[in-house]
Amino acid sequence: MNAIEARDVHKVYRRYGRRKQFATLKSALLSGSVLRDLRPDAVFEALKGVSFDVAKGKTFGIVGRNGSGKSTMLKLIAGIGKPTAGAVRVDGRVSALIELGAGFHPEISGRENVYINGLMLGLSRREIARRFDEIVRFAELEEFIDAPVKTYSSGMYMRLGFAVAINVDPDVLLVDEVLAVGDESFTHKCLDKFAEFRRRGRTILLVTHSLDLVTRFCDEALWLDAGVAKAQGDPKRVIDAYLMDVARGENQSLAQAAGGPEGPPLRDEGPPLRDEGPPLRDVGADVQVCPPEPADMFKAGEGRWGSREAEITAVEMIGAGGQAAHLFQSGEQVEIRLHVRANQRLRDFAFGVGIFNVEGVCCYGTNTLIDGGVAGELAGEGLVVFAIDSLDLVEGTYKLDVAVHKRDGAPYDYHRLLYTFRVKSPLKEVGIFRPPHRWQFSGGIRISGLS
Amino acid sequence: MLSSLRSLVRYRALISSLVARELKARYRGSVLGVVWSFINPLLLLLIYTFVFTVVMPAAHPPELQPFALFLFAGILPWTWFSSSLLESSSVLITGGNLIKKVMFPAEVLPIVSVLAGLVHFCFGLPILVAFLVYYRVPVWPTDLLWFPVIVLIQLVLTTGLALLVSALTVHFRDVRDLLANLLTLWFFATPIIYPLSQAPERVRRLLNLNPFTHLAVAYQEVLFRPGPFGQLTRLAAVAVAAVVVFLVGYFVFDRLRDTLAEEV
Repeated sequence: MNAIEARDVHKVYRRYGRRKQFATLKSALLSGSVLRDLRPDAVFEALKGVSFDVAKGKTFGIVGRNGSGKSTMLKLIAGIGKPTAGAVRVDGRVSALIELGAGFHPEISGRENVYINGLMLGLSRREIARRFDEIVRFAELEEFIDAPVKTYSSGMYMRLGFAVAINVDPDVLLVDEVLAVGDESFTHKCLDKFAEFRRRGRTILLVTHSLDLVTRFCDEALWLDAGVAKAQGDPKRVIDAYLMDVARGENQSLAQAAGGPEGPPLRDEGPPLRDEGPPLRDVGADVQVCPPEPADMFKAGEGRWGSREAEITAVEMIGAGGQAAHLFQSGEQVEIRLHVRANQRLRDFAFGVGIFNVEGVCCYGTNTLIDGGVAGELAGEGLVVFAIDSLDLVEGTYKLDVAVHKRDGAPYDYHRLLYTFRVKSPLKEVGIFRPPHRWQFSGGIRISGLS
Repeated sequence: MLSSLRSLVRYRALISSLVARELKARYRGSVLGVVWSFINPLLLLLIYTFVFTVVMPAAHPPELQPFALFLFAGILPWTWFSSSLLESSSVLITGGNLIKKVMFPAEVLPIVSVLAGLVHFCFGLPILVAFLVYYRVPVWPTDLLWFPVIVLIQLVLTTGLALLVSALTVHFRDVRDLLANLLTLWFFATPIIYPLSQAPERVRRLLNLNPFTHLAVAYQEVLFRPGPFGQLTRLAAVAVAAVVVFLVGYFVFDRLRDTLAEEV
């Protein structure tokens, strides 16, 4: 038995473009273009043939990027809009937690608003009267229920909206990201209420960006992408597929920010950049040249300078997979590869690498001199590999400095913050330094689940 | 369209609550509260009476006595009509949240505006009665039976126009401004501050095309003019017109319904 059936659902939004903004009824009448103006001049297809079923009593999650059509789907199920093509069938009473307290009138009391809101959601007066105490108790508004709603705090407002919507006692509950707005205790209360719903065999459809909630809560998940169902089924698998796609997308946009459109990223082809960044000055080994205020996260204080007796022609970061990448897992094995070309034979040289976070804090920096290297000879082309066994950085976006310079620090070719990469981590630690660590307990302390 | 109309019946509890809310919220916070519903028409009446009996007493034929009552018989229903239409022109936009976020039959909103106007109209009636008693106007008992009929016809006409106006305003925001001016013109094109008989023959033919002319004349006939009600054909014609307007208004609203949530 299915509670919700969506069959090849299309939804086209019509956009009435720029012309409409200035066109008025008067001018439309004068030019006789009323009918033409009522016709849209652009269309946007929010859903492109989505089909799915939700069995009775199941909890179903919809995930996807912003603008993927999740909320549109939810509205169609709620009956707020009609599909342009295809069909949506819902069995039983629907209540939609889309916007809590929509339709509350600020001037009248909470009590009266509960009645009117309940009527809007399809309850009869008698049903509301029967549930009234429960609603007020759930909202924790016993003292304030006769005060006008305009005196409520936003939390009280939301609690009351939620309490009414949930006490409609729907067969199908539609939830659109409402949990994101409440405080901690409110969220717990909502989750408890959802759990109670599940126990009573009701159907819940959840639209959320909280993937954790979907894996923990849902029996099945659907991933919508640009109006198309990309995957459906076991929540864990759907979420993983979604996350992989998100990572792929991030990788791509980072590669674009680094300049290389496609192919092996980070390679700067053609003639090398001339000194366009900070002017060439007599910089010592410490190259903090006061980067200009970052206009864009990917372009902060970047630049390239040096005398160019030797040049770094390309930089690659290679992940554990052996492929050039911009996105790594925390703890992954990573190689930073510098392709080097010497324009003349050099005996005084060193290679350096620095990793910076988005705030510009140097997380780590070293060079071949610091590590005790003694320069022999640099001639022709070569490859420098800086291998990191375990990239122990916390989650975040980082930038790379690479350089080839003299022993005294005078640069041959200095690339300042030109390369961006991202570190992902399942753990949400904070800070900049991630030492390998473990916890140990003795005595009367017992904690499990620590890896 | 028929099923939409049927679902409207299902929402009658909601409509009546919303009307009550409208009235309560309107005067919430004012010292006099709901008394304003009586004071407003009274003040309006005093202003018009002052203008037409003190400032320009020659503007109306002398046989129309008491002129204040004549004015009131037309202005009270007109106020209901015009304020309902003005309110419905913005009601879908201010209530946009409801239409977009809750499964909510949008036509409830303009209907609530019209009904709230009707309640205010009814609040004005005691003042009217007080005037009738004060001036000792002989009212024909059978005339009074026609009064609710006229109110009903006006209700149907106003609702139809309110539906039309509210749906169109969502697409053309300037309907609201257009409407405000149109209503001023309409007011003067209706025999409210002058008797229909005073209008020249050619103009009268035009005025007769205005459905509110017949409603105003009917109200005046019942409340002001002595003798049995003699406007049956006029009233029947305007009743037919009102039903047609209502059906057209509802049809247009129904057609635009799906675009409302997207356009508000």
